[in-house]
Amino acid sequence: MNLSTTLMTILSTTLVYAAPLIFTSLGGTFSERSGIVNVGLEGMMVVGAFSSSIFTLSFANALGDAAPWVSFLVGGAFGCLFSVLHAVATVSFRADHIISGTVLNMLAPALCVFLTRIFYDGKGQTPEISQGLGTVTVPGLSKIPFIGKVFFTQTSMVAWAAIVVAIVCWYVLYRTGFGLRLRSVGENPAAADTLGINVYRYRYLGVLISGFLGGLGGAVMAQSITLSFSISTISGQGFMALAAMIFGKWNPLGAMGAAVFFGLAQSLPIIGAYIPGLSGINSVWFQVAPYLITIIVLVLFLGKSVGPAADGENYIKSK
Amino acid sequence: MKLKVKSSWVVPLVAILAGFIVGAIIMLIFGYDPIQNYSSLFDGAFGGVYSIGETLRNMTPLILTALGFAVASKAGFFNIGGSGQYLMGWFGAIVVALKFSFLPGWLLIIVSILAGALFGGIWSAIAGVLRAYFGTSEVITTIMLNYISLYFVNFAVKDWLAGKGSDSSPNIAAKASLRGDFLENLTANSTLHWGFLIAIIICFIIWFYFNRMKSGFELRSVGINEDAARYAGMNVKKTIIMSMLISGLLAGLGGALDGLGNFQNISVSNALPQVGYDGMAVALLVNYNPIGVIFSSLLFSALQIGGMSISVYSDTPTEIVSIVTASIIFFVAIKYVIELLTKRRKKNPQKTAVKNEGAGE
Repeated sequence: MNLSTTLMTILSTTLVYAAPLIFTSLGGTFSERSGIVNVGLEGMMVVGAFSSSIFTLSFANALGDAAPWVSFLVGGAFGCLFSVLHAVATVSFRADHIISGTVLNMLAPALCVFLTRIFYDGKGQTPEISQGLGTVTVPGLSKIPFIGKVFFTQTSMVAWAAIVVAIVCWYVLYRTGFGLRLRSVGENPAAADTLGINVYRYRYLGVLISGFLGGLGGAVMAQSITLSFSISTISGQGFMALAAMIFGKWNPLGAMGAAVFFGLAQSLPIIGAYIPGLSGINSVWFQVAPYLITIIVLVLFLGKSVGPAADGENYIKSK
Repeated sequence: MKLKVKSSWVVPLVAILAGFIVGAIIMLIFGYDPIQNYSSLFDGAFGGVYSIGETLRNMTPLILTALGFAVASKAGFFNIGGSGQYLMGWFGAIVVALKFSFLPGWLLIIVSILAGALFGGIWSAIAGVLRAYFGTSEVITTIMLNYISLYFVNFAVKDWLAGKGSDSSPNIAAKASLRGDFLENLTANSTLHWGFLIAIIICFIIWFYFNRMKSGFELRSVGINEDAARYAGMNVKKTIIMSMLISGLLAGLGGALDGLGNFQNISVSNALPQVGYDGMAVALLVNYNPIGVIFSSLLFSALQIGGMSISVYSDTPTEIVSIVTASIIFFVAIKYVIELLTKRRKKNPQKTAVKNEGAGE
């Protein structure tokens, strides 16, 4: 295998595995920047994966080529709907954020597999999705020597979309009034309140955006990696996304970078076999390496990760 | 004082009731019979000595992963690593039981249990040390350590313990097993083993540790306010490491007891053991109270064991049970609302009730 093909394989698998994590970790960023800790990302992903799978399976014929993308958005919508539970519990009902997030993680797989069994005659797994968000070769651009081969051949469009979304999220959070207000609510809600910002509204928005993005992440997982929904479709990606968000210091671009790194790491066991010199190594090292490297990088270079000041604190408005 | 004791029971009880009601409503919506299902659930969990034995056996790892999560939480840390620590404990206990089988039975059991607990303890102490000296988020490190333990244990089982082409280790010798004739005769050959008793004793030890020991007090102080604890002259770094160590020891002990009593061997697994996450819910239901953990793990275990017979007697998906448990924890989470409702009924003027609540928080 020549260099460009090897690089193309590495980049393509990395992006495929990174895409769900990018969306979901961006979701986490919005919620936590508004001051609501979100350990429920895993649950939001489950709902996204489930709803998008069901939607594609039901409407693939009617929608044709647009089906994967529409069901991708449907996953986001249902993730958003599901996150209302977390928002109501934490913002309005003063719930402990970690407990509420844990509830999402418990409820989502239970509810989604329950419904899957009802929709598919007692089976805990949906049939396979015929057309997912697979890899595509961009016409024209892929003809560019070397770069075209590496970046635009068999590449994951949805992962590029995720990267664009990450940049948009960074712009929204750090360059718009909305983002400033959202962050201020997570840093010092009392001060924000004094300045006339509706703390509750911004926290609701933070959680709902996070549910939407988490749902998208789950949808990508189902549409491009597992191609069906079952209890094992989402197995820990939500927690990896949570780690990516902290790794990226609650910054959309940082979270994206961390997610791409995790994607690269997750693709290691798959691509390790193709890289000359690495094929002799026992695959357990490839499996363990990403997690080990994450810890080492975190300890050596990043040190203390400090989140938003009021992250996890309920704001109780005094009269 | 009397009122206070009572009110700590109100939230879990109302939450449990509400959780079952939610489950019943969902069953009605989809055309299943809640009364039939709940009664087969109850029968499955408590309907005979065998069922009771299974329910108690299933409590064992839940109690210990819950206590592990509770200790870390009391110190202000979010230890999601219960699953990995449980797995390491399971692995450690089985390895020692297999490799030191020349030891006399009683010694072999003790050494295997301690080895399992230690494996779990070291695993989470890594996160504690990194947190204490480098400020590394324990959330990330415990998640990462979970996956490392999964792949490491799978590798070690497949390449080292298991024979060629097999995915599980050989069974441990009968003398290393925690099962006994007495318990088996008592419960009609259920898998109940002596580990259950150990788990119950540990609940009381942890209660004593939290409430009667200096180290336990320091641990809670660090959890409430790290800076204040440091200012009061407590060694915060030591306390952080200590809390994570104990947390992992407990989860590891859970794995060791489950391995020696329930599984009798270790196999390759596709995913992290669910019991680590279930333990979080068990601890949350009773607000990290070590004695309360006994009751909440009984409830969770009964739901899990009884839930299996739901699908035997009807075509209701067993996942309904997990929906009920999740709803119960949801109602615990919004205890503010439950407290508001129960207090309002007692006091007539509504506004004072709201005010009192705010001051009490």
